[in-house]
Amino acid sequence: MIEDKELTVLDLLDMDLKDHDMLELCCIAGRKGLVRAITVPDINRPGLALSGFFDNFAWQRVQLMGLGENAYIKKLIEEASIDGLRHLFSFAIPCFIFTNNEKPDAIFLDMAENANCPVLLTELSSTEFMNRLMRVLSSIFAPKTTVHGVLVEVYGIGILLTGDSGVGKSETALELIERGHRLVADDVVEIRCVSGNILMGSGANKVIGHHMEIRGLGIINVTHLFGVRAIRDKKQVQLICNLEEWDTNKVYDRIGTDEKTDTILDVKVPLLDIPVKPGRNIPIIVETAAMNERLKKMGYHSAQEFNRNILRWLESESARAVYFGRDESI
Amino acid sequence: MTEKTTIIKNRAGIHARPAAMIVQTAGKFKSRIFLEKDTTRINAKSIMGIITLGAGFDTEIRIIAEGEDEAAAVDAIQLLFEKRFEEE
Repeated sequence: MIEDKELTVLDLLDMDLKDHDMLELCCIAGRKGLVRAITVPDINRPGLALSGFFDNFAWQRVQLMGLGENAYIKKLIEEASIDGLRHLFSFAIPCFIFTNNEKPDAIFLDMAENANCPVLLTELSSTEFMNRLMRVLSSIFAPKTTVHGVLVEVYGIGILLTGDSGVGKSETALELIERGHRLVADDVVEIRCVSGNILMGSGANKVIGHHMEIRGLGIINVTHLFGVRAIRDKKQVQLICNLEEWDTNKVYDRIGTDEKTDTILDVKVPLLDIPVKPGRNIPIIVETAAMNERLKKMGYHSAQEFNRNILRWLESESARAVYFGRDESI
Repeated sequence: MTEKTTIIKNRAGIHARPAAMIVQTAGKFKSRIFLEKDTTRINAKSIMGIITLGAGFDTEIRIIAEGEDEAAAVDAIQLLFEKRFEEE
């Protein structure tokens, strides 16, 4: 687990990335330097530095070497003008990454070995690798927070159930799982703000992932009990359902036209306050909220539409009233 | 708000049983109670939360409480740490 945004090159190599995020990296030199930290989520192509121009050289960044850079290094070494390369290794560069599975010259690798600077190789093309690495780095360096709640996916909508301890978040989630929905994380949800406006929620810890605590039962393993259909690794938080004990003094939304939101990491998320009391089937309410949210996303707002229809009806009624002579003002 | 810092003294750290003890103790109080390790803050009334902290031996933990009985709550939880959760 990466804590406090300290990411080493070794973490980057070890990272468990899937599908279109796979970096296909391996280390070919400078293993001792794998503990070097990547401190900025940026990539640099050191073309200018290779040619000997070091002003404003972004050495803190991961240095990406494509076919062009690699060919230039080869030419420099053939011409025996390696002073520039020596200068390059005097910076505490986190790592060099060569793309297209093209290893650099042995002399370059020796220099890296001596400088304890890690050299990594990937089979991906430069552009594709840059896209993937940017995605991975920006998600790692994204602002994050942890919230107390349960994240479930209901009909494709990521719902964060919040509320005080003992209000029934986990029990609601359990019933939702039983009804075929999915658990993302129980109790501690880690939320990252990706690309500025998307809140990605996941479990804070892989070891404890997909376990739940149910009063009276203790800790249960959701994956083993309900199978893979019942779980999900991460999901965007699209709706917050705040469960609370029914408060007779509080006014609850009876129509659904005023839209409340909560703010997590500066991103607004629709919020529903759902009062809990015996006889109210919360999982069904949450399910309905999810479907309603989907409808809204498709452009159909039930409550607003309902109100519009009523207004139209009232209007036509008063128009009819004229003919029946009830309205004498016209 | 009352806040106290304590150190985990039992070898095994906070595993399931100590976590359950903390949750039980915290549940007796009305205050909102949190535990903090480094920058992670979790609700002391949530068992999974406490385990997620991954707090091992010799880790520094801050106990924070907000509410009418905050001082008593912090003391009660600190006492659990001091007593090594009745282990060893």
